[in-house]
Amino acid sequence: MIEMHGIHKYYQTGNQPLHVLKGVDMQVREGELVAIMGSSGSGKSTLLNILGILDSYDSGSYVLGGQQVGKLGETEAARLRNKMLGFVFQSFNLLPFKNAAENVALPLYYQGVGRRERNRRAEEYLDLVGLSDRKTFMPNQLSGGQKQRVAIARALVHKPKVILADEPTGALDSTTTREIMALVKDIHRRGNTIIVVTHEQDVANQTQRQILLKDGLVTSTQISEPSPVAAAG
Amino acid sequence: MLDGLQEILFTLRQNKLRTLLTAFGVFWGIFMLVLLLGAGRGMQNGVYDDFGSDVLDFIIVWSGTTSTAYRGMGPGRQVRLDLADIQAISQQISGIRIISAERNAGNGTITYQDKNSNAQIGGIPDEYFRLKEDIPFNFGRKPNPLDVEEIRKVVVIGTSVADRLFPNGEEPVGKDIRVKDVVMKVTGVFYDKGNRGQNSERVMMPLSTFQKLYGEGNLVNTIWLRPQKGVDGFELEKKVLELVKRRHDVASEDIRGISSFNMAEPMKRVTGLFIGINVFIWFVGLGTLTAGIVGISNIMIITVKERTKEIGIRKALGATPFKIVSTLLLESTLVTGFAGYLGLVVGVGLLELVAFALRSTGAKLPYFLNPSVDFQLAITALLLLVGVGILAGLMPALRAAKITPTEAMRAE
Repeated sequence: MIEMHGIHKYYQTGNQPLHVLKGVDMQVREGELVAIMGSSGSGKSTLLNILGILDSYDSGSYVLGGQQVGKLGETEAARLRNKMLGFVFQSFNLLPFKNAAENVALPLYYQGVGRRERNRRAEEYLDLVGLSDRKTFMPNQLSGGQKQRVAIARALVHKPKVILADEPTGALDSTTTREIMALVKDIHRRGNTIIVVTHEQDVANQTQRQILLKDGLVTSTQISEPSPVAAAG
Repeated sequence: MLDGLQEILFTLRQNKLRTLLTAFGVFWGIFMLVLLLGAGRGMQNGVYDDFGSDVLDFIIVWSGTTSTAYRGMGPGRQVRLDLADIQAISQQISGIRIISAERNAGNGTITYQDKNSNAQIGGIPDEYFRLKEDIPFNFGRKPNPLDVEEIRKVVVIGTSVADRLFPNGEEPVGKDIRVKDVVMKVTGVFYDKGNRGQNSERVMMPLSTFQKLYGEGNLVNTIWLRPQKGVDGFELEKKVLELVKRRHDVASEDIRGISSFNMAEPMKRVTGLFIGINVFIWFVGLGTLTAGIVGISNIMIITVKERTKEIGIRKALGATPFKIVSTLLLESTLVTGFAGYLGLVVGVGLLELVAFALRSTGAKLPYFLNPSVDFQLAITALLLLVGVGILAGLMPALRAAKITPTEAMRAE
């Protein structure tokens, strides 16, 4: 599903270019649940941005779902994001003035799906994440865990090829973290490809495979041992 | 499209106060522009109205006594124009649309039954009222060539005379009145508001009849003429004066022997004045409007800044830059369009109200009449508005389109 070879990325800071990614190689197969681990400054946010076509890379190759992602115009990038990717963010990033269902329907709006169909599918996915009774709630009426569920529903609603979750549990307490990870795994079992970026070992342990990033390079990938939580989920 | 509109209305409702204030800026700009232009038009109408119902390009020539010696003749000589002058002018000078003589015999008493009135008595060929084409004939008809040919004893009377002789709404046409003791039939009533209405205190008979009654053969008091379309009135006036002065041996610099008045002269001044006033009005109006634009632009910039995060999220979810730009542009266009339209309507409404009040109370403000905004102007203002709306939104929208999702989502 994802093939990355020799990805390099520089940032221009002052007159000294900052070499952030120094030739990253990684693959993610269809239907995998993968964690990308790394301490801050390891380049994992940058890698996530490139994976999510939110940022460009300077050299190397990136194939997403059989499609080469090279230098793209803003418009093409937006279209590709809309078609291929679903995002789950640490800070949820729900639009505060839209209710849960409207937030979930947003990617469909940008696909040009009709209102009725949009609402139907939004409700379907809210049911899936267990928020059947919160469809018309505004984000500020929802708890952190509920917000993240809405965000997950939003990431799923347009049936993307890959779901990218950036520290999905970073803003949540441990109980809620467990619930959300259980939901993530549940969604994975339904056949979705999911990449979770995290620095929490607990969270990473619940995925199938961990990709370790250090100083802009993939240092190791290892198969997770099923943790007790994972077994419980 | 409908969905997009709903999105926009939604965000506008989100920021009611801000939307309202922005809208007010544009509303005020257009409102003031319309009001100013309407008032300017009112002034213009008022001043033009003061020129009377005269057509605005006529030239009159009359004679007096010479003020300078010329060709061995001393000053103080009486000069009299005659019909031969008119013939010579129309034969030798090109570019004349209509030329007409006018004779008058000063004031005389006009009586009908037991009522009488004092009026200027004139004699005219039938061309005279073709020259003064704008003069309305409320009753009856204009003098015609047969009147002159058959030396008919008919007369057309001004409204002031008609009002005094026929006070109770009696029909004047067909009645026999006495003009200085000569019985004549009224064939028409005209209204000439020149000279602040004094021009309606006249009675006019066919030139031939006048000549028969008052003698003096072919002498003429005044020559009226109008240039053809596209002919320079000043040039024509010069040529006519030259010819007439030569025919009567009047020095070319003598402006008392042969005098003239050219309506184009005051018209030129007034037109120049109004061009100046209009430029000023547009300047002030557009200035006010510009303030509105800057306001909108400002607010849109703030809006974009405030919504950086939102725009970033939308982009991450698949919004294309075009979608972002068009949404923001539509938003600003909608606000300006609506507010401006409202300003237009209220402004025009107010002008109409003033015009209506002036009309219905019959109040006559000096130099102010019938303020109005014409259709073309309204269209211009509307187009201006849409342009303004797009312009105001463009910069901020382009800035919004440049926001990358990553940087946007970092913003709090």
